[in-house]
Amino acid sequence: MVSYNESDVARLKEIARSIREDIVDMIYHAAMGHPGGALSSVEIITALYFHVMKIDPDNPHWQDRDRFVLSKGHACPALYAALAERGYFPKDDLKSLRKTGSHLQGHPDMNKTLGVDMTTGSLGNGFASALGMALAGKAAKKNYTVYALLGDGELQEGIVWETAMSAANHRLNNFVGIVDYNGLQITGWVNSVNRIEPLAKKWESFGWLAFEIDGNDMTQVLSSFQRAKKMAGPVMIIAHTTKGKGVSFMENVAEWHGKAPNKEQLEQALSDIRGGDQ
Amino acid sequence: MPLATRFALGKELIALAKDHEFLLFNVDTKAVGLEEFGTLFPGREYNLGIAEQCMMAAAAGAASCGNKVYVVSYSVFASMRACEQVRSFICYPNLDVTIISSHAGLQVGSDGATHMATEDVSIMRSFPNLTIVQPSDETCARAIARASVDFHGPLYIKVHKAPVPDINPSEGYVFKLGKANAMCSYGDDIAIFATGVMVGKGLEAAKRLREKGINPCLYDFHTLKPLDEATILEAAARCRCVLTLEDHTILGGLGGAVAEILGEKCPVRMKRIGIRDVFGESGEPEDLYKKYAMSMDDILLAAEQLVGIK
Repeated sequence: MVSYNESDVARLKEIARSIREDIVDMIYHAAMGHPGGALSSVEIITALYFHVMKIDPDNPHWQDRDRFVLSKGHACPALYAALAERGYFPKDDLKSLRKTGSHLQGHPDMNKTLGVDMTTGSLGNGFASALGMALAGKAAKKNYTVYALLGDGELQEGIVWETAMSAANHRLNNFVGIVDYNGLQITGWVNSVNRIEPLAKKWESFGWLAFEIDGNDMTQVLSSFQRAKKMAGPVMIIAHTTKGKGVSFMENVAEWHGKAPNKEQLEQALSDIRGGDQ
Repeated sequence: MPLATRFALGKELIALAKDHEFLLFNVDTKAVGLEEFGTLFPGREYNLGIAEQCMMAAAAGAASCGNKVYVVSYSVFASMRACEQVRSFICYPNLDVTIISSHAGLQVGSDGATHMATEDVSIMRSFPNLTIVQPSDETCARAIARASVDFHGPLYIKVHKAPVPDINPSEGYVFKLGKANAMCSYGDDIAIFATGVMVGKGLEAAKRLREKGINPCLYDFHTLKPLDEATILEAAARCRCVLTLEDHTILGGLGGAVAEILGEKCPVRMKRIGIRDVFGESGEPEDLYKKYAMSMDDILLAAEQLVGIK
């Protein structure tokens, strides 16, 4: 059971801060990438990799481990920073993001990067792959849990709803989804580009148990995973977040979906992250 | 009447499933003789509903957990609706998924163009890591099933709706992935390379050509990728002209693939029998083969022309 106390929350907040620094730094060095949606997902990824998931960095292919699928694959700087921090590979590697010969691809690659459970990036497909992992767990009578993180804009992909229907039909209680609901996609507000609301009702009508949280509040994130564990799922956690969270000039600005900071902006971003109350 | 290749493959897989661990995902289609699989092997089959894209990506996920996964779909959906899932989530991560893809070519007949896969090999052939096979009869289909359970990596098996005549010996038949089978070796006048349902037609054509004084050799290219380049080059160099036969577009299929190899390494005269950049339509397969210039007469004429000008 994923219980937690105040010192866990404080420790995880510090890790989240460090991961945010790594995100902006690595995207600066790559001169390309997606800071907005990586920063919004930090508390979720931090909680999973540093508290919730049953994993072993010394045995990354352990068959009974919990799985994490970053279906919104463009947020991979957050995942890479978490994996490095967790010891899957040296933190120095982070600066090689997107560069020729790097094991850190522009979107996650399960064969190149140790600790990445599934190749993702083309939206919607990671969620369906996670369904297959959960079915495989059921077939093998293993008790691992599969966590899949989706973007809010990603929910506009049809395959997401094919997967939603199937997961409920197979009564998968080893399958937990999280929507990183930061509200923005490349061209603007998700709910004006192609409305996804009423979101909780949508998931419920597809046979999922759904509830809403503040996805940038570490305590709420931890409690949501605790709650999900107790539910006979599949469970969808709708995590309301802020795109670009922690960096003043990136917050809620769609332009920062897929743009790298320059040197000056990097310094400002790092200063925001170090000084911010997270 | 022999079993259609799709049923032969399915029946053989059911027999193999007792001793081989694999999962089966389907999308409300069990048209390959796997109807009883879920009953015989509880907990090993999952129906994902009519959702091919979801099934392919889910198969990739299940394979990433160390399973071998078979998926079943119709060729048009396996190769086109779920094209990206096959490419980016099965082939790119090089996962252990076998795609059983049924209803190839004009042989589908009455269902018409939307349900006839006439370009799946061209599409699938361009994906790294993918092996592509197509049986020429029931015996070959059963051999492919047996080879598939020990195979590791992405595999695309193209099977057929209607039965085709038995052309391979049921006893002593040798199937080796990636190695074309010599079907007849009457002589060196022309090399005929065929695949799928056209191998049987090629065999008949070879006999008729021999009666006309033209002595061909015929090969069954059951493996379309990796293509047996050694056999292609050896036969082309020996015969100095090549005819390809396929129930598929000649753009990028067996004919196109053979032309790529010969163009670079052994340029000889060649002709390609197949669908010539048009869509199929409903009808009796034999009527369609005539209409699309793929009949026995068309094959014989092409062979005679090649031999005459080489």
